[in-house]
Amino acid sequence: MTTIYDLANPKRFEAFAKTLTPFTAAATAALFVAGLYFALFHSPADYQQGETVRIMYVHVPAAWMAMMCYTSMAVASAAGFIWKHPLADVAAKTTAPIGAAFTFLALFTGSLWGKPMWGAWWAWDARLTSVLILFFMYLGYIALWNAIEDKTRAAKIAAIACLVGFINVPIIKFSVDWWNSLHQPASVFKEGGPSIDGSMLTPLFLMGLAYTLLYVTLLFIAMRAELAERRIQRLEQAARAPSGAVIS
Amino acid sequence: MKIFFAIIARDMRLAFRAGGGAMNAVIFYALTIVIFALAAGPDRARLAEMAVPVLWTGAALSAMLSFDRIFQQDREDGALDAIAETTDMMSMVAFAKAAAHWLSTLLPLIIAAPVLGILLNMPGEAYWPVIVSLLVGTPAISMLGTLASALALPLRRASVLMTILTAPLISPSLIFGVGAAKAGAAGDPLFAPSLMILGAFSLLSCVVAPLAAATLIRFNTD
Repeated sequence: MTTIYDLANPKRFEAFAKTLTPFTAAATAALFVAGLYFALFHSPADYQQGETVRIMYVHVPAAWMAMMCYTSMAVASAAGFIWKHPLADVAAKTTAPIGAAFTFLALFTGSLWGKPMWGAWWAWDARLTSVLILFFMYLGYIALWNAIEDKTRAAKIAAIACLVGFINVPIIKFSVDWWNSLHQPASVFKEGGPSIDGSMLTPLFLMGLAYTLLYVTLLFIAMRAELAERRIQRLEQAARAPSGAVIS
Repeated sequence: MKIFFAIIARDMRLAFRAGGGAMNAVIFYALTIVIFALAAGPDRARLAEMAVPVLWTGAALSAMLSFDRIFQQDREDGALDAIAETTDMMSMVAFAKAAAHWLSTLLPLIIAAPVLGILLNMPGEAYWPVIVSLLVGTPAISMLGTLASALALPLRRASVLMTILTAPLISPSLIFGVGAAKAGAAGDPLFAPSLMILGAFSLLSCVVAPLAAATLIRFNTD
């Protein structure tokens, strides 16, 4: 039986990811179809917000993923830092652009939602602002990876940057309570159960699941691409090494 | 503890002697304020309203300019390797470097802030709250700047990257620093609690940043 320890071998992981990718991709597509059907046709319009409430089904899961991707980046960074496992570094590195994309999507849809709700494309409300800060943290992390040439060293350095940045994630989560804001207080995950009606929760969770599986699928593809790229680099270096001495 | 004071004394001498550039941050700070006033227009009432946030923003930006002085010079002339070989307490070294940065860069900025406040027509009751909030909040900037400087150790030119990495992390300092200063100026009872959160964030950075920076220095000197 395959255990998680076997998957720590990059070769086995690649084979595992390769077999699994079509299935996760298919499940993602199915969940998106179901989620969007419920979100667009099979859920009520809000009595205050009207049809624009449907933006929520795209916006809220994107914001969840923005935070989840950063969390997985931090977990992978910690694993890579503690056990020095290259696969964890690859996972952290490849999560960053995906997470940044989800964060951008959350900001973009939030802006679209803000126009009819607040009458402005942007409001400096607490959560929108902290998601914007999260977006810049993603960009900084990616910039750090790109700036350092030596990949093993870059992995260590980026891991520390990510872990320190991770301290900011709870500040984002609880900033809702710290500042007065225009934004709704968190209404799904809070004590005493969700305060959203069940008919809206079904599409929300379907979409959340679809986003999560989309992340898994993209991560599999991106990790395999990164591993392949590293192999190419190693081969190129090996091919250049003997003749390099003669040229210089 | 000996190494702590030795490094602070050395860094202060380096910063304040000719070519150290400690005063450059103050000049930059003053120019930021002038440029802001030129852009915003001479309306005294509006300048007064913006004085506290602009003083805080200017101080944070001016401090960021000198982040590459923290470790980059020591790496280039080999001092960092020498320090790394003589001590096991790298986090103490990082803490001392951050403290020296605060003393040589932030403290002059804080002294300059009330003078620049005059230029911005800052209301009289805002002076002490601004100074106190800067004193309590800016240590976090030096600490996180030290971390950014350590992150950028393998790079040659990295001042923009350091700013990109630090600016998001110091946003709590700006939020609560400006919040505390404004509350203090208005006689709001929120002054003390905002100041405490500001101080808590500074203390947290004093713990996290030197530890992380020490690990990073070890990566680069081994």
